[in-house]
Amino acid sequence: MDSRDKVLDKYSSKIYKNRKEHVIEIEGGEPQVIAADTRAIPGIMTNRGCCYAGCKGVVIGPLKDVVNIVHGPIGCAYYTWGTRRNKAKGDENIKDFTQYSFSTDMQETDIVFGGEKKLRQAIKEAVEIFNPECIMISSTCPVGLIGDDIHAVAAESEKLYGIKVLAFSCEGYKGVSQSGGHHIANNGLMKYIIGTGDAEPQKYSVNLLGEYNIGGDGWEVERILKRIGYNVVSVMTGDGSYDHLKNAHTADLNLVQCHRSINYIAEMMKTKYGMDWIKVNFIGLDSIKKSLVDIATYFDDPELLARTEAVIAEEEEEIAVGMSYYKSMLDGKKAAVYVGGSRTHHYINLLKSLGVEVILAGYEFGHRDDYEGRDVIPTIKIDADSKNIESITVTKDDANYKTFHTPEKLEELKAAGVPLETYDGLWSDISEGAIITDDFNHFETEEFLKLLKPDIFFSGIKDKFIVQKSGVPSRQLHSYDYSGPYAGFRGALNFAKDITMATYTPVWNMVQAPWKSEPTLVGSLGGME
Amino acid sequence: MLELTPKKLSDRSTLRINPIKTCQPVGAMYAALGVHQCMPHSHGSQGCCSFHRMFLTRHFKDPAIASSSSFTEGASVFGGGSNLKTAIKNIFDIYDPEIIAVHTTCLSETIGDDLSGYIQDAKVPEGKLVVHTNTPSYVGSHITGYYNMISGFIKYLSESTGEKNGKLALFPGFVNPGDMREMKRLMKLMGTEFIMLPDTSGVLDAPMTGNYTMYPKGGTTIADIRDLGNCEMSLGLGELTSEFAADTLEKKCKVPYKTLPLPIGVENTDAFIMALNQFSKNEVPYEIEEERGQLMDILLDSHQYTHNKTVAIFGDPDTVLGMAQIALEMGMIPKYMVTGTPGAAFDRKAAALLEKFGVEGCTAKQAGDLFELHQWIKNDPVDLLIGGTHGKQVARAEDIPLVRVGFPIIDRYVHSYLPIVGYKGAIRLAELILNALMDRQDRDCEDEDLEMVM
Repeated sequence: MDSRDKVLDKYSSKIYKNRKEHVIEIEGGEPQVIAADTRAIPGIMTNRGCCYAGCKGVVIGPLKDVVNIVHGPIGCAYYTWGTRRNKAKGDENIKDFTQYSFSTDMQETDIVFGGEKKLRQAIKEAVEIFNPECIMISSTCPVGLIGDDIHAVAAESEKLYGIKVLAFSCEGYKGVSQSGGHHIANNGLMKYIIGTGDAEPQKYSVNLLGEYNIGGDGWEVERILKRIGYNVVSVMTGDGSYDHLKNAHTADLNLVQCHRSINYIAEMMKTKYGMDWIKVNFIGLDSIKKSLVDIATYFDDPELLARTEAVIAEEEEEIAVGMSYYKSMLDGKKAAVYVGGSRTHHYINLLKSLGVEVILAGYEFGHRDDYEGRDVIPTIKIDADSKNIESITVTKDDANYKTFHTPEKLEELKAAGVPLETYDGLWSDISEGAIITDDFNHFETEEFLKLLKPDIFFSGIKDKFIVQKSGVPSRQLHSYDYSGPYAGFRGALNFAKDITMATYTPVWNMVQAPWKSEPTLVGSLGGME
Repeated sequence: MLELTPKKLSDRSTLRINPIKTCQPVGAMYAALGVHQCMPHSHGSQGCCSFHRMFLTRHFKDPAIASSSSFTEGASVFGGGSNLKTAIKNIFDIYDPEIIAVHTTCLSETIGDDLSGYIQDAKVPEGKLVVHTNTPSYVGSHITGYYNMISGFIKYLSESTGEKNGKLALFPGFVNPGDMREMKRLMKLMGTEFIMLPDTSGVLDAPMTGNYTMYPKGGTTIADIRDLGNCEMSLGLGELTSEFAADTLEKKCKVPYKTLPLPIGVENTDAFIMALNQFSKNEVPYEIEEERGQLMDILLDSHQYTHNKTVAIFGDPDTVLGMAQIALEMGMIPKYMVTGTPGAAFDRKAAALLEKFGVEGCTAKQAGDLFELHQWIKNDPVDLLIGGTHGKQVARAEDIPLVRVGFPIIDRYVHSYLPIVGYKGAIRLAELILNALMDRQDRDCEDEDLEMVM
């Protein structure tokens, strides 16, 4: 019996039937199908969060000049206050509210009599104290149930105060994971913000999508892009702002880092503004290099390409000695990588370049296209849960629609390997024989740990100490264990340093107490030696 | 840091900014983790469970296990009964706990799920248990959820057999495993037989051995929770946290109770030791007397560095009151005392404390937040901040040292292993407070004023 069967066999028949579609072993030949983005099973310790976490926690929370008011009891606002490491910095022109947590702190009477009055008052107070340009309202579970019309309150407040006010119905029970919340957030930003600015278009301008500036990743990517000569119009959404986001439509090209959380905006901007998008990955040297060359190839300017190559050479030179040292420390090790919806894939190449093979992987809330590639999208069955998440359609905006390349040129670029409007998913990089578990849970984590014995485990805070207590080094890839950046060339070096440290910290050699391995009594018995 | 916080106070009736409380379910989850071989279960969307596990793990740097009913839109319309029954079956099948402790969320409370009914209908394997409590997030705070869960265990399990067991029932308050260990040590030294509920020591400060076990050695056993009903009396530490549980036990099993402040500082620990003394009729052993004497020695030796220093204390109600007590004992002035947890009793107790020490001009506020505390400090500053991690922004903005005490401390290590209760805990607090103030003096003074001996 192989490892996969050994783990699944411990389930009751009903759970076995569900989970066998989500747990697969990578074998050559036929393209592999995996079940994903379906309901978690009640009682199974899934790592998933909720719709609110995806909307407020991930996508709109990082927008720094926005007062994000959480409409609900206090908990949801509390848990998303400063915990995700989406770094931000304000300046004299752009306020930074990310250090603050705003909530309507709903009480029992609000649940009984409705919370709209309270929400109106909270908005009034936010305007009076902070005078923001934009307020966003996120609803939590009870708000949807009692029927507060947050969209009406938003529209009314927008008129009353002359500022932008958006509402997001991202109640926790919607959809099957954070993923639904990403979609809802994407819809709101697309409908009400992107395209409302009137900035002049700049040369070689890009938007960076699905980059949340965890540990300063976005800043590192921006540094490299600016060195080459690009203008970054907006970042969605790490260290991003309402102020920049409204001009996103003036860019030439969208760069998509986290495919799962933001591909909706990329697609909609293609339809509405004619803006092309390419899938990039700024994690891991080979991926960064390919992404930078792809971008330069898209802009089709020999000078830009030459500059790209020069920057790559310089950046690579800077870290070469360090990388080769860390590779010598890590070569031959095996890793497990369980992260959200794109990041698992992003780290495979970086680990490979350090000689580390990924033998166990999975997404917390990825869809089939994040595993199998976007070609599979037309065949994905829409179930009742995904139907509950609004999917909006946009139409061509004649005033702002522009195309950078002719259709023929786009075809030529695609043929040259530029990933235009496409993404190949995890399958394109995962090793033969690896075990993949979608919506990984505590039980499977523990069992696969015992069977596959990875040398290092990458996941989140809920697993971290479970894994570490069982004797396996563990690093968080959601928060980078408060380190980073991990993106870009310098980030790769930070990552290599951190995982070497996690593997070689002296404590690992001392875990076993000496009296567990040596006899307690030393002496002779009955005069015998 | 926090540059957008204006100095000018405004009338703010609704918008909560930078809270000092979170919601009930996380308190319930913490209490349930203090029961041996218990799986805490969150009846709501899976995001609640995920957030709470994260929050607890970040504070304790240890696994916090819990499961969820994983509500979808359908369950929110038709009720969560079928989700809960499925969950109960799966949890016993896969994770094999002895007991599941279910708490509700704002979602399941708003739709009015009947937990007692669901649990009665659920298939529970022979010898295993499922208990529940209601923890609507829109009432009270995590402290409320904590005592609701303790009461839930008592309501379901505690029994009076008519034969007293000679033991003291102890409700430790919302404290760390390190504090629970210290309470147990003091009770043992006093020769007091006891049952403590909950007991997270040995669970959320379990050792690293190289082998992970889902249910570590610690936690109150089910047999002990049943036996609570036979205790001679119960003692609730932290009057605003533990009275509800003590009262539940009295109502159900006629165990009389007494409540005391958390044993933080000299007099509060004295009261705890005296209560143990009266209960067990044993003399206070020299070991405890020695600890108390050491504490007296330390406080006297160092009083010049704390006398008349002003301090802002924020956090959970009983912790804030305990910290205000020790601050006053050290000659400090607890200028601001703020808790996010609602309840007028906090204001009354704070006022009584100030009166006892003859200190005036201090402000206490229940249902407050850090935004307002920061504004007060901007208008009239303090020498020291005492509270959890979230205060670090104010500390940085106003350049005031922060002594981390209470919940949550998500940016430091070790805190949950060591006590702040008892004389030993007071010695630790004295060291933390003195180091913060004296380091500041060393940092801020002129070269010629740097003292080699202090």
